[in-house]
Amino acid sequence: MEGKLYLYPVWVRLWHWLNAMLCLLLIISGVSMQYSDPQYPLIRFDWAVSIHDIAGIILSLSYLFFILGNLLTPNGKQYLFRLKGYFRNIAKQARYYAFGIFKGEDPPFAITEDNKFNPLQRFSYVFIMYVCIPVIVITGWYLLYPEYFLHDIFGNRGLHITDIIHVVMGFLISLFFVVHVYFCTIGKTPLSNYRSMFNGWYEKH
Amino acid sequence: MRRSLYLTALLFIVILLLLQHQSISSQTAVEEPQRVYEFLDDNQECLKCHGQAYYYYYNDWIERDVKERMNPYRIVDSAQFYESNHWNFRCIDCHSEDYSDFPHPGELRMEPKYECIDCHGGDEDYAQYNFEGIEEEFHKSVHSSKHSADFTCWMCHNPHTYEINARSNENMKEFILYDNEICLSCHADVSKYQLLTNLDNPNILDKHGWLPNQGLHFKNVRCIECHAESNEILVAHNIQPKEKAVKRCVDCHSKNSLLLASLYRLQFTDERSIAGFTNAAMLEEAYIIGANRNYYLNRLSIGLFGLVLIFILIHAVLRMTLKHS
Ligand code: HEC
Ligand code: HEC
Ligand code: HEC
Ligand code: HEC
Ligand code: HEC
Ligand code: HEC
Ligand code: HEC
Ligand code: HEM
Repeated sequence: MEGKLYLYPVWVRLWHWLNAMLCLLLIISGVSMQYSDPQYPLIRFDWAVSIHDIAGIILSLSYLFFILGNLLTPNGKQYLFRLKGYFRNIAKQARYYAFGIFKGEDPPFAITEDNKFNPLQRFSYVFIMYVCIPVIVITGWYLLYPEYFLHDIFGNRGLHITDIIHVVMGFLISLFFVVHVYFCTIGKTPLSNYRSMFNGWYEKH
Repeated sequence: MRRSLYLTALLFIVILLLLQHQSISSQTAVEEPQRVYEFLDDNQECLKCHGQAYYYYYNDWIERDVKERMNPYRIVDSAQFYESNHWNFRCIDCHSEDYSDFPHPGELRMEPKYECIDCHGGDEDYAQYNFEGIEEEFHKSVHSSKHSADFTCWMCHNPHTYEINARSNENMKEFILYDNEICLSCHADVSKYQLLTNLDNPNILDKHGWLPNQGLHFKNVRCIECHAESNEILVAHNIQPKEKAVKRCVDCHSKNSLLLASLYRLQFTDERSIAGFTNAAMLEEAYIIGANRNYYLNRLSIGLFGLVLIFILIHAVLRMTLKHS
């Protein structure tokens, strides 16, 4: 397999597409609830609630699976990075996307089996997978069973604040979603990265 | 990385404190004029028996004191009585004076009771409550139309404990609970329910199984929000047949929530608050998905999203046009 790297093992691919579908469902049903309007329902409110609840529960499980996978296989190492000089590397990668890419420059960081993400990817994946998703999952469970949580610490405000955090995280994930889908078209051909996420083989530039 | 984490935590705490502060400052208590109880002694004549689980009386036949259990349905809680609207009454203002005899004369059982309207009807002092309007509404309700004479106002307004809440209680959770317990006094208690009907009492939890987070809902809305038609009267009394009950979630979970016209009508002001939430009055008590949106957060998120999309579009166009040059 010349010019190809096996970067995405089966479990990553399975998890990834499940995760993507769930996030899509959650975003659509979540937006539908937040902007619910009797005249123009995107999805009927009670259906949106059911879809959102069920997808959220499955997402929690799939997230556990992701964590376990990253703990038990070498894939987890891809998400670790050293702080020193990291922001400089991010800037370098950002500069490449902003200018270099149009001039036909080579990407500043080569993709290898030990280093499959560029600094910007790594940063965004870590931020999404280790900050946003856990926070949204935890606040989601709180919202699902508010009566079983310690309500009295913050009084009524507890639910309110939790809800806002949940919505803000959902917004960040939606942003990531569109950016991610777009950036994945930056590959050997616009579709090659998508193919990799199906067959596991990354095609080098 | 560390620093930004600390900063986020700090920001979070500051927001929390701000919100807490708001809720404290909104709890300014209204001072009530001191109540002067004139009839404590008179009423004690009755409450020495009816205020207790046990009572004593002198039995002439066997010539000694006898201790007996008071029928629980005949107990009047004196603390609640003196908190109630009718705290400044003697028992015998509403009941026959002959009750001072014991055993009570048998025919007293047939004593006709006053109705609210007998005292409150046409009285200017109570115009704000609109008793006539309420009575009319009540007569249209399922309760009255199905059980006309047996179902009186007293069925819901316990003569010895009823206390205005929705109008005067600042603590919304408390008056929601108060009002719902009125309904549940029958709908969760078959013995009172079957005073009026021989039907089985439908299980309220089962019948509302379609409502997610039932416990949360019942703590934050009243039964009458869904079951009564609201109009200009503060507390809706026209309980509708079950087919007409509110089942559409968006009737509450939307910007024009029906709760604004019922539960929150006293609190509701038409403006956005400083923090930019729609229907901010509700936020004092609850966060209702779809009905409480933050104006600034919404604008911000739509703006950011738009920017990102534009950025992507430009990037994509540039990539396509410059790629092979
Ligand atoms: C010595 C104890 C005693 C005193 C004093 C007493 N009651 Fe009673 N009362 C009873 C008992 C016992 C019953 C019957 C309860 C039962 O139904 O088993 C009763 C029943 C009643 C009933 C319900 C009658 C019915 O069957 O519908 C009323 C109303 C009542 N009392 C009012 C009063 C009032 C008003 C006073 C004060 C003026 C008073 N009672 C003083 C013991 C007392
Ligand atoms: C505002 C009028 C009013 C006052 C004041 C009042 N009652 Fe009553 N009471 C009623 C009415 C009306 C009923 C019948 C309730 C019903 O039919 O559901 C009743 C019923 C009762 C009963 C029968 C059991 C029951 O609860 O249905 C007892 C016992 C009783 N009252 C005792 C007292 C005592 C003791 C006092 C004084 C502490 C008192 N009442 C003051 C209006 C009053
Ligand atoms: C026997 C006459 C009488 C009957 C029957 C009666 N009330 Fe009253 N009610 C009064 C009087 C008098 C007051 C004023 C009490 C006071 O301010 O001390 C009052 C006070 C009230 C208040 C509080 C008013 C305020 O501004 O504090 C409400 C509410 C009320 N009654 C509702 C009812 C309802 C509902 C019924 C029927 C279930 C009823 N009343 C039956 C005489 C009566
Ligand atoms: C099915 C139960 C039910 C019946 C029957 C009923 N009410 Fe009410 N009523 C309520 C509830 C619940 C409230 C709210 C109590 C609160 O929080 O103050 C209320 C409140 C009131 C208030 C105070 C409203 C305000 O503006 O503060 C009045 C006055 C009143 N009712 C009069 C009546 C009269 C008169 C009748 C009979 C014609 C009657 N009610 C029958 C349930 C009932
Ligand atoms: C005194 C007892 C009692 C109280 C208090 C009471 N109810 Fe009822 N309710 C009944 C009975 C009895 C029926 C059954 C009517 C029938 O079908 O015969 C009923 C029926 C109903 C129904 C169903 C009507 C239908 O279409 O079958 C609704 C809804 C309802 N009640 C709501 C309420 C609400 C809301 C409250 C409080 C504001 C309340 N009830 C308070 C006794 C009560
Ligand atoms: C969110 C709106 C909502 C709230 C809040 C609510 N209900 Fe209902 N309730 C309904 C609807 C809708 C139905 C009709 C259900 C059906 O037909 O499937 C219903 C049905 C009922 C019935 C008729 C059951 C039967 O089939 O005979 C009763 C009684 C009832 N509710 C009482 C209550 C009481 C008491 C409360 C307060 C503790 C309450 N409801 C709160 C919406 C509500
Ligand atoms: C009568 C008005 C009303 C109706 C109808 C209603 N809700 Fe609600 N709902 C509320 C209120 C008020 C809250 C806020 C509770 C809080 O903030 O503590 C709430 C909270 C919720 C929550 C919990 C959100 C959280 O923060 O955990 C969910 C989920 C929900 N509603 C779904 C529904 C669905 C689905 C329906 C329709 C089947 C529905 N609601 C119908 C008033 C209503
Ligand atoms: C339909 C939507 C999505 C598509 C088409 C898509 C596509 C892809 C592709 C092609 C890759 C591998 C190539 C690369 O990163 O360069 C990838 C990797 C990744 N995606 Fe997505 N994605 C989607 C949604 C999501 C969502 C919603 C999340 C998280 C919330 C996510 C998180 C990730 C992560 C963490 C990786 C790295 C996986 C690893 O190898 O460990 N993706 N995605």
